[in-house]
Amino acid sequence: MLHVRDLHAYYGKSHILHGVSMQVGKGEIVSLLGRNGVGRSTTIKAIMGQVHATGSVQFLDQELLGHKTYEIAHKGLGYVPENRDIFPTLTVEQNLILGMKAKQAGRAAPRWKLDDMYRMFPRLKERQNTQAGVLSGGEQQMLTLCRTLMGDPDLIMIDEPTEGLAPKIVELVAEYLKELKHRGVSVLLVEQKLAIALDISNRLYVMGHGQIVFEGTPAELKANETVRKEWLEV
Amino acid sequence: MEFFLISLLNGVSYGLLLFMLSSGLTLIFSMMGVLNFAHASFYMLGAYFAYQISVKFGFWPALLMAPLVVGVLGALVERFMLRRVHKFGHVPELLLTFGLAYLIEEFVHLIWGRSSLDYKVPTEMDGPLFTLYTTTFPMYRGFMMLVAVLMLLAIFLVLTRTRIGLVIQASLTHPDTVEALGHNVPRVFMLVFGGGCALAGLAGVIGGNAFVTEPGMAAAVGSIVFVVAVVGGMGSLAGAFVASLLIGVIQTFAVAMDYSFVTLLKSAGFVITPDTFLYSLWKLTIAQTAPILPYLFLVLILIFRPRGLMGTREG
Repeated sequence: MLHVRDLHAYYGKSHILHGVSMQVGKGEIVSLLGRNGVGRSTTIKAIMGQVHATGSVQFLDQELLGHKTYEIAHKGLGYVPENRDIFPTLTVEQNLILGMKAKQAGRAAPRWKLDDMYRMFPRLKERQNTQAGVLSGGEQQMLTLCRTLMGDPDLIMIDEPTEGLAPKIVELVAEYLKELKHRGVSVLLVEQKLAIALDISNRLYVMGHGQIVFEGTPAELKANETVRKEWLEV
Repeated sequence: MEFFLISLLNGVSYGLLLFMLSSGLTLIFSMMGVLNFAHASFYMLGAYFAYQISVKFGFWPALLMAPLVVGVLGALVERFMLRRVHKFGHVPELLLTFGLAYLIEEFVHLIWGRSSLDYKVPTEMDGPLFTLYTTTFPMYRGFMMLVAVLMLLAIFLVLTRTRIGLVIQASLTHPDTVEALGHNVPRVFMLVFGGGCALAGLAGVIGGNAFVTEPGMAAAVGSIVFVVAVVGGMGSLAGAFVASLLIGVIQTFAVAMDYSFVTLLKSAGFVITPDTFLYSLWKLTIAQTAPILPYLFLVLILIFRPRGLMGTREG
């Protein structure tokens, strides 16, 4: 579904990605692991058209590189940024409404409605008319996850969804990811917590120095102590 | 009492006119980070276009058409000039709007000449609206206030009740995230820039004949509009509204006040004559200092409250 080949990305003059190749299949949950600063977030941003990149990114057999971010979103790619970029002055419900695209041409009824979000996270229902800026960190994370879903993506890329969250909310996020899988939405997950990634992923990639250094199933990664020592554990 | 009420009305109507200008400026700034130096030039174009249209078709068609033309012009400037320069950063954008301001001024010189135009208030509104004690309040001033208030209401409704309004509000702070959700943010930028320019143009249509239509009008109002945007808080519409009224009222009151230190010191029993040391300072009246009051206000705000009255961001 998503094929990335030889992706190079740059911030100004610094060369961040040195030929990343990876893929995500339909209905798969794929995790992108690695220490901070190895280029995981940059990979996602490059796919989303927010960073200058060369190489090839194909999604549903269409080339994405060179397209504008909003066009890429319209092709069915969703992105949940890591910094919980909620719109602070708007209400929870207005945030969710903004997740919907202007016109979702050529599409059947969207997979998700507002009520689905409120069912998954009852806390958001309680706070639907609250300004998003006053929500707790966990609630803001739920909101960004749901906001992107409202755009009905076929593949959703999520950057560090559990960072700094209480264990209880981390569990909710894991439930959310399983629900996505259940509905046939593919997931590309950037995750710091190895336990979660091993638990829910079909496959994993490990990144180091702007390149993919390992590809395999959770069982293979568990068995491969060298990779974990060299590229993951601190 | 009479002086107070009339000055207040004049101040508010002037303040509302300032708001029509500063609202667009502040929206454009908070969304794109571009301080549009040419904003007041679009105000001037509004007045000149309105004059040209009113000569042929009368005032009412001009009231509608001139802002539209200015708005389209603004949208084109965003689409074909600013957007290209955008990738090089804010400074080139700033320089571009700076150059544009001069370009428009020279263009106006070439087409309409250097002296003021005979752009008059339409005859059906050339009269008093009401008389307060002994002073009459012109009908056209009332009309200006009405237009400004209607515009204020329209902006408010668009921003809070429509989908595009939500997209604009969200893009003010998080344009990248909005775009990643699939909204065409570049087009929203163009619409906001064009819309802001159209509002400035509308202000020009109704301000040009209330005051004077001449090539210096952009410079005259331009710096005040920047003061309004900074004092109100960059990017805050509510702040721009409060600051516009405040500066409008302060300036109007100050202009009408003939007091000076001489008056003050005399009432305290001092004798002041033209021979007194620093007489030229003591004899300055408040009215004479009126033009610098907004800038004094600007400096004080920057020192004591750099984010402005209602701004949300620092500096």
